[in-house]
Amino acid sequence: MSQIIVNNVQKVFKTKDREVVALKDINLEVNKGDFVCLLGPSGCGKSTLLNAVAGFSLPSSGTITVDGKSITEPGPDRGMVFQEYALFPWMTVAQNIAFGMEVQDKPKAEINDKVDWLLEVLKLKDFRDRFPKDLSGGMRQRVAIARVLGMDSPIMLMDEPFGALDALTRRNLQDELLRIWKEFGKTILFVTHSIEESIYLADRIVVMTYRPGTIKRDQRVTMPRPRDTSAPEFNELKRELGLLVMEEQQRHAADEMKLAAVD
Amino acid sequence: MNTKLKNAFTGAIVPLVVVLIWEVLARLELFSAVVMPAPTAVALRWWEYLTPPVPYDPAVSPWLTWAFSGELPSDAVGSLYRVVVGFVVGAVLALPLGLLMGASDKVYALCNPLVQILRPIPPIAYIPLAILWFGLGNPPSVFLIAIGAFFPVLMNTIAGVRHVDGIYIRAARNLGVGQWTMFTKVMLPAATPYILAGVRIGIGTAFIVVIVSEMIAVNNGLGFRILEAREFMWSDKIIAGMLTIGLLGLAIDTAVSRLNNHLLRWHRGLEH
Repeated sequence: MSQIIVNNVQKVFKTKDREVVALKDINLEVNKGDFVCLLGPSGCGKSTLLNAVAGFSLPSSGTITVDGKSITEPGPDRGMVFQEYALFPWMTVAQNIAFGMEVQDKPKAEINDKVDWLLEVLKLKDFRDRFPKDLSGGMRQRVAIARVLGMDSPIMLMDEPFGALDALTRRNLQDELLRIWKEFGKTILFVTHSIEESIYLADRIVVMTYRPGTIKRDQRVTMPRPRDTSAPEFNELKRELGLLVMEEQQRHAADEMKLAAVD
Repeated sequence: MNTKLKNAFTGAIVPLVVVLIWEVLARLELFSAVVMPAPTAVALRWWEYLTPPVPYDPAVSPWLTWAFSGELPSDAVGSLYRVVVGFVVGAVLALPLGLLMGASDKVYALCNPLVQILRPIPPIAYIPLAILWFGLGNPPSVFLIAIGAFFPVLMNTIAGVRHVDGIYIRAARNLGVGQWTMFTKVMLPAATPYILAGVRIGIGTAFIVVIVSEMIAVNNGLGFRILEAREFMWSDKIIAGMLTIGLLGLAIDTAVSRLNNHLLRWHRGLEH
């Protein structure tokens, strides 16, 4: 049975003078251990869908279940990694990683051991007692990943986690994430607008349309890892998905022009 | 010469020139000594004010007690005591109310009108009521200082809690944080930059109010002493007292600022 089941989900945002249908007729099943990317231009509802699975913003209609249980609120079984890192700046690296486990009332010795181990896994040992402000973006995102791993979430939700990083750091963290994904057997739902990133990472790429957000294409990627971004197969898929995303991007741009004209 | 020494030297030029001109003017006796005492006279008076009235005698009291037995040290301790007690009373009342008003729209709607009405009343305007309620001595003074500290801490605490970045709340909810932990471990630390800014303003207000309240309700302390000196027309002592008030204010502000830097060492905007 699938681990995450999104069934007929609809999400409508009401503003003062209009309604925006952010998600429409979304049906999606994700198996345990899958790496799924949600791909699309901004405004296509990919983050809305992720937030619905996270439980931050529930669907207007339809249901989302995880391991057979309906989602009603956020929870540590679905650890989230945010683009803005969302580390607590008043806590050190070690305290940030430990915080989720402390909330779960784990024994102190167990938390300490686990923090040490996670610092090792994510190559953060030298930064243990630093505050987030002293860390680069890449390092901060490592801490955020360690925090989620500390909670033993079977599912990791990632909202454009590497969007703010430079290209080299980005590739580095993508490789790290793949290593962790394989080692820990996590299910990952990963939002991105980078076509290359989605092909590099995912088992499945779900391309979404711009308003209303629907699923345009559910693409399996079977290339063996590590994937060669210059391979013809890679670039063929990149070109194909690029055309799909570009269509939606153009609708997005046209819509923005229209709105600007009304204003 | 290193830069620190150089800076200290540069910083000393203007005060020295001012004191020099002042001394010359005083020596020329253009004005009477009551209007403008010479800096040397002020310095002498200050020394007299600072030092113990009787010579040291181990049989009467320990050295430390003796060293602080001068008029000025006991005045300074008295003023400082009132500032600290008054500030703590005000802040301890303001902090929980501010946290509640910041976190709950309901409490905010209930309390905000009253706060807005009372807030613009300067603490000094409470003096008559304070004397009627508490008589003379420390209680009315502490009450006035508490009022002076209360509102800055309250307003900043409310603002701090209201401005907590939503991303921290979302991250904490994702970690499964309950309401109490959210409040104590996320909202409170996230609001500390605002709260500490309020503390600094509150301490400043407390220091103004202590001097005024001592002129009215108490018979020791730096504020009392300079008013008393006026009755004897000891302007050198008035100025010595004023300089002491300035130095004490500077010391308090430096201490609060140090504490601030320590508590906010995680904060991006601060270089320490």
